[in-house]
Amino acid sequence: MDNNTLLLLGDEAVAQGALDAGTSGFYAYPGTPSTEIMEYVQHSSQAAEKNIHRMWSANEKTAVETAIGMSYAGKRTMAMMKHVGLNVAADPFINSGITGANGGIIVTVADDPSMHSSQNEQDSRVLANFAMVPILEPSNQQEAYQMCFTGFELSEKYQTPVVLRLTTRIAHSRSGVKRGAPLKENELTMPEDKRQFVLLPAIARRRYKLLLEKLPALEVEANNSPYNHYYEGSNKKMGIIATGIAYNYVMENFQDQQCPYPLLKLSQYPIPRAYIDRMVNECEEILVVEEGMPVVEEKLRGLLDRGPAIVKGRMTGELPRDGELNPRHVRKALGMEARQSASAPEVIAPRPPALCPGCSHIDTYNAINEAVKSEYGDGHVFSDIGCYTLGALPPFEAINSCVDMGASITMAKGASDAGLYPSAAVIGDSTFTHSGMTGLLDAVIEGSNIVVFILDNSTTAMTGGQQSHASGRLFNICEGLGVHPDHIRSIIPKRNTHDQFVQIIKEELAYEGVSVIIPQRECVQTQLRRAKQKKKGGEA
Amino acid sequence: MKLDIILAGVGGQGILSIATVIGYAAVESGLSLKQAEVHGMSQRGGDVQSHLRISDKTIYSDLVPEGAADIILSVEPMESLRYIPYLSPEGWLVTNTTPYKNIANYPDLDAVLKEVDKVPQHVAIDADGTAKDLKNPRGMNMVMTGAASLFMDIDFEKLKEGIRYSFGRKGQEIVDLNIATLEAGRKFAEENRSS
Repeated sequence: MDNNTLLLLGDEAVAQGALDAGTSGFYAYPGTPSTEIMEYVQHSSQAAEKNIHRMWSANEKTAVETAIGMSYAGKRTMAMMKHVGLNVAADPFINSGITGANGGIIVTVADDPSMHSSQNEQDSRVLANFAMVPILEPSNQQEAYQMCFTGFELSEKYQTPVVLRLTTRIAHSRSGVKRGAPLKENELTMPEDKRQFVLLPAIARRRYKLLLEKLPALEVEANNSPYNHYYEGSNKKMGIIATGIAYNYVMENFQDQQCPYPLLKLSQYPIPRAYIDRMVNECEEILVVEEGMPVVEEKLRGLLDRGPAIVKGRMTGELPRDGELNPRHVRKALGMEARQSASAPEVIAPRPPALCPGCSHIDTYNAINEAVKSEYGDGHVFSDIGCYTLGALPPFEAINSCVDMGASITMAKGASDAGLYPSAAVIGDSTFTHSGMTGLLDAVIEGSNIVVFILDNSTTAMTGGQQSHASGRLFNICEGLGVHPDHIRSIIPKRNTHDQFVQIIKEELAYEGVSVIIPQRECVQTQLRRAKQKKKGGEA
Repeated sequence: MKLDIILAGVGGQGILSIATVIGYAAVESGLSLKQAEVHGMSQRGGDVQSHLRISDKTIYSDLVPEGAADIILSVEPMESLRYIPYLSPEGWLVTNTTPYKNIANYPDLDAVLKEVDKVPQHVAIDADGTAKDLKNPRGMNMVMTGAASLFMDIDFEKLKEGIRYSFGRKGQEIVDLNIATLEAGRKFAEENRSS
């Protein structure tokens, strides 16, 4: 490989692409499979030299809002998150379509079909379509890199945010990426119209019309996009539309030959109708292959398609309705014979992820189980998103919910409002500052009878140990929100503090009002890493 | 030339260090590469795999198709079996025999190894033991890389370069030790391959 070619994860290709395309600020909250974008920027000497903004945000909403602020000031900016993070950021994101951009703004969202590390497999193209903004969906790492340049150009030309949609298999797959010439950052420039970002009804109505007026031109851009291509094919019995990485799964099955069917590779939206018309005119059927939900397929079929299906895909059983695609699924949908393969022997046992040996959450769940589950039965502990969600599995089976970031506290309050006693919440330190604080305020205002455990391992552990905004601030935050200081208890969760921990829980269960218990002990993974770094430093 | 490898193991066993060495060797040989990794929740002691694809042509899919893997390279015996649907009928299963028991219902090891034996082309090696004998207790992954290298159409010298690249900053002694570990794995496979 020459010096200009790097071996990069899809996530890293986006980071390098955005750096080279002149990004002045990155804003993100960690979430699999998007985390490595920010981590790459944080380790980049290029970013350090230019002092590019690269600190984590409290959550995805603050990340997108801050990015909109940077766009207002004329600079190029990127906000990054996993698919469910876009829900948290939906309010500013949807409205940013209406305010439009000044400096280029790209919202990079990494979807997780098959839910490898997620609670759902929603497709970010749906929210992007809802916001009526263009989408770029790379089929490989090189495109992921290049699309950062394209995204900013589109964003500034049409004053619109652009969504860069990744999925797990490109985000976490490594390949060679050839770098282009780096661009300079934009100068600080305020928007020409100083009221552009003021969404007062009168202005918002005008801006919304502007947004609607952009759509035909954006479709022309997609029609002329280098990422979209219509490949001729002699067999017109079927035409294929393959979006993003699904294109690879189609081509994998034609490795040493040309695809015999007309094939539309689709990686830039809105869907260019000229290509669709052409395929409809020349093919008897259309197979839509897309990673994620049947977004394009549903658009093509519509409610009026009630006869024998012309458009096929995930909705007609040619491809699975849910889960991520793979070459085998697509091979079957193409009507090709399956490759010969053996099945896995029955002796294999499943090996689910588990809390690490020595993890502080183990001691916390042992104490909670003794004080709550043993005394009052199963069903009283609401939990949240993080490593500690693994407390749902044996041997603990200690928690009864995991819905979204922050829902532990609010669900505990709701159940308590309904009369459930005891009602407890378990939330991690980083999740608490992401979305737990407002729920705790609700509980404090009403004096809800709940016990909130804030599991402080001083890091964002599940995603690999990113800095937590909560570190060193939990007591003050809880007190500031109005929790009585006598009922903010802390403990170091260890085997030899078990009895003391159980006693504290019992005391707080007896208190009628909001209690917060903070088990505080560093994540064993970050501790190990710190020890290694210290050793390395000592040797050097 | 095309070489599809499924790397298998348990989160925390460090299979990506194998991918780094092989990947370096492939890129230095002027080949294309795609390597899909597992990040996130499974890394906490769950089953993990990496799809490593090397070719002199365009590689499309980031995932190895089922029935197409030339090698399953597993650092744990039960995990090697999990990916058998990926193995090509002509492919090799190369596995460590030392189990990693972090689950209560880990099956009988003999039953697991019997299933390994049923795979027509396989190498089963006590890589943990081999690494310890070489006074390189953390070298299990390089024993496995060496054993599997026998079935890779990649210059063995380039794999050694991969080790120099991976371990270089830890000093010449560590580099030499890991090259010796790599060679021991290869030698074992030469002498103990099933066919």
